[in-house]
Amino acid sequence: MSEPALAVRDVVAGYVPEVDILRGVGLEVREREIVTVLGPNGAGKSTLMKTIAGLVPVRSGSIRMFGEDLVDVPAHRMVSRGLAYVPQTGNVFARLSVQENLEIGAAARGARDGFEEDLDRMYQLFPRLAERRRQAAGTLSGGERQMVAVARALMSRPRVLMLDEPSAGLSPLLVGIVFAKVREVRELGLTILVVEQNARAALAISDRGYVLAEGRDRIEGDAQALLENPEVGELYLGARRALA
Amino acid sequence: MIQYFADGIIAGATIALGAIGLTLTYNILRFANFAHGEFLTFGAYFALLFAGFFASAQTIGPLTFGWGFLVAVAAALVLTALLALVLDRLLFRPLRRSDVIVTLVIASFGASLMLRNVVVFLWGSRPEYYSRNIAVSSEILPGVRMSADELFVVALTAALMLALHLFLTRTSLGRSMRAVSDDPSLARVAGIDVQAVIRWTWIIGAGLAAVAGILFGLTVQISSEMGFNLILPMFAAAILGGIGSIYGAVLGGLIIGLAQEMSVPLIGAAYKPAVAFLLMFAILLVYPKGILGDRT
Amino acid sequence: MTGTFSYLVFFLAQASIFAIVCLGLNLQWGYTGLFNIGVAGFFLVGAYTFAILCGPEYLMQVGGFELPFLVGLVGALLTSGVVAFVVGIPTLRLREDYLAIVTIGIATTLQLVALNAEWLTGGSQGAASIPRPLPGLFETVLGRNVLMLSLSLGVMVLVYAGLEAMVRSPWGRVLKAIREDETAASSLGKNAFLYRLQSFVIGSSIMGLGGALYASFVGFVSPQDFMPILTFQVWTMLIVGGSGNNKGAVLGALVMWAVWTLSGTIAQQVLPAGLQVKGGAAQVILIGLVLMTTLVFRPRGLIGEEAAVSSAAVVESGSRDSGQTA
Repeated sequence: MSEPALAVRDVVAGYVPEVDILRGVGLEVREREIVTVLGPNGAGKSTLMKTIAGLVPVRSGSIRMFGEDLVDVPAHRMVSRGLAYVPQTGNVFARLSVQENLEIGAAARGARDGFEEDLDRMYQLFPRLAERRRQAAGTLSGGERQMVAVARALMSRPRVLMLDEPSAGLSPLLVGIVFAKVREVRELGLTILVVEQNARAALAISDRGYVLAEGRDRIEGDAQALLENPEVGELYLGARRALA
Repeated sequence: MIQYFADGIIAGATIALGAIGLTLTYNILRFANFAHGEFLTFGAYFALLFAGFFASAQTIGPLTFGWGFLVAVAAALVLTALLALVLDRLLFRPLRRSDVIVTLVIASFGASLMLRNVVVFLWGSRPEYYSRNIAVSSEILPGVRMSADELFVVALTAALMLALHLFLTRTSLGRSMRAVSDDPSLARVAGIDVQAVIRWTWIIGAGLAAVAGILFGLTVQISSEMGFNLILPMFAAAILGGIGSIYGAVLGGLIIGLAQEMSVPLIGAAYKPAVAFLLMFAILLVYPKGILGDRT
Repeated sequence: MTGTFSYLVFFLAQASIFAIVCLGLNLQWGYTGLFNIGVAGFFLVGAYTFAILCGPEYLMQVGGFELPFLVGLVGALLTSGVVAFVVGIPTLRLREDYLAIVTIGIATTLQLVALNAEWLTGGSQGAASIPRPLPGLFETVLGRNVLMLSLSLGVMVLVYAGLEAMVRSPWGRVLKAIREDETAASSLGKNAFLYRLQSFVIGSSIMGLGGALYASFVGFVSPQDFMPILTFQVWTMLIVGGSGNNKGAVLGALVMWAVWTLSGTIAQQVLPAGLQVKGGAAQVILIGLVLMTTLVFRPRGLIGEEAAVSSAAVVESGSRDSGQTA
């Protein structure tokens, strides 16, 4: 049994010294899995991702990627370690062109070989971006911006990809497309961690899920089981009803 | 009248060079660095110091200086960049990290005053000049008299701006700088070493300021107050052009330079900084984003 | 011993004038978070207004109204307030840094006007023979200085009391709320801009008042008295004393003025004539170092209060995002 792609154990973390947002959270993502983290607002989902990405100081606990410790790694070195993070907002360089955003993603890798192939692959994965490659990323629509953000992360050839609410602000049609793309990306060999508000859409493409509340992981299980679990429904809909 | 226009271009070139560095640091470090003017001053004085060492009797063509001076300029650039890095390390970085509503602006204002007085302490308060060679003005266009030095100023400024543009658009570091200026938090996430970018920002900003100071010292004079006297026009240029935009800083610099010089026949030379201030005030009143700016 | 006593009177009179200006700055910075780096400019406006209103007939310029002392003070209050109003209206809506840039611009511009507009200010010659209040009351220099001292101390106490009352009042509480969390305050219907403008204008008026007292005390003003070094001194006083605290403002003024005059005296006694200019420069460098070290190592000064996290810290440490929860 090889090391899990991501192993978070008993992490206590927060932005400001006096306030802990994560209070002993743990989760595990095995290689090539798609895992979704759900939970009500304020539960700490985004903070969890930011913590793994090195943006929030960890007070105690451990975070490992394929067995290597991440807690002491500065945020800007995460990419070269193979961890790519796509934040929920502010996830593209608005004043740089689409192409430049992707170039930055590739540059983070360190090596220069294969750049052209990677670029072609991105434009095949997201054909809309090919037409707009010289446009400033800030002038694109919400959905297209999301694609740029994900493509930028993918250009760095990560082993683990973290997506913070990829469906935020998108129309239902786009949400479907986005999650289909996430599935496609997994086929490229990646492990994916997703934080989502839209529980149904996310769980539909995931292998497993966690439900966070008040800075701790409360429920864990296979995606299907979570969909059928009335407790999860309660957390979301306020009624003891399954989501599916 | 056209002479004033030409004078304005020359003045504008200096202001623009200085304003670029100012807008760069304002952009990436998010504070108005009042000490920026002292980079001009120190650049000029360092060059003065080295010009003494590298003095060559031979001048280059119609210019008032020789190759030795250019070596002095290069040395001055290095030292000024070092000064900027030291200032950041000792003063600005600790203040950025601490848990107080610190005012980097106040600290930079204080640093500016101190640095000016260090210049007085080291070099005295009399104005200086690079050489005793008289710069001869000749009529290069009908109605326009300029010296070779002044032409050099305009040419060098244009060349530097082109170089900067190429640097920012064609190099990886330049792209990283634009990325950090756009969104520093995302830049970290995207794998950019923001600390290194900050260091380069200081180096480039201070380097350009040093050149601006040397050019000013070459065509006007070197004094301990020179940088401080230019800080207001430089801020005005950056704001006019749109803070955050390098091209805006260039455009703003030219406009301010022109406005200042062309106001001389109307209100006299003493009020030049006031002209810059009025323009800045007007633009803040009417269109605070600035001409090429797109961020508040 | 009268020598020491009269020196002390002189010293305290100046210190109390600085304290008044510092109190004005504290309202703007300590209580409202406004960066006013044009202190010298408002001080200048107050001083020249007083000179014009109360001074004798001048050879080449406006003046000679010879109005009573109080009128001069009030006039100074008003003119500096008006300047602050005009400057504040566009600028206070923008980023805080912009106020710093604009205020330094206005101070520079005002100083330029003072230097060049001879018809108004006497140019580089300045304005002389500015009267003291109640000139006939005392015969001796010492007596007059004591009177001036009492007056400026009195004004200082009044300003202090007034400011203390203001910050404890409902108005002051809203100001504090705006400073701590503007969005929350706005949602309660409080117009942050108006409060800032009021604070800015009142603080600047107080600075002008200090300028008027200065003009009366020294009896002579010239553009050289209002250089950026003055702004720097007042800021250092506030930071060292403790911003956000009116007692700190007064204490800082006293302490830093003592340091300044002491270092100046030492430089004068110790250095030969040729090095006097360098001595002056060294003095400024010394004060600068005091300010820098205070900012870095004890930002709350001698008796100031703790303050909140700076937004600039976000860029660098990155370990603090803007407190988003999810």
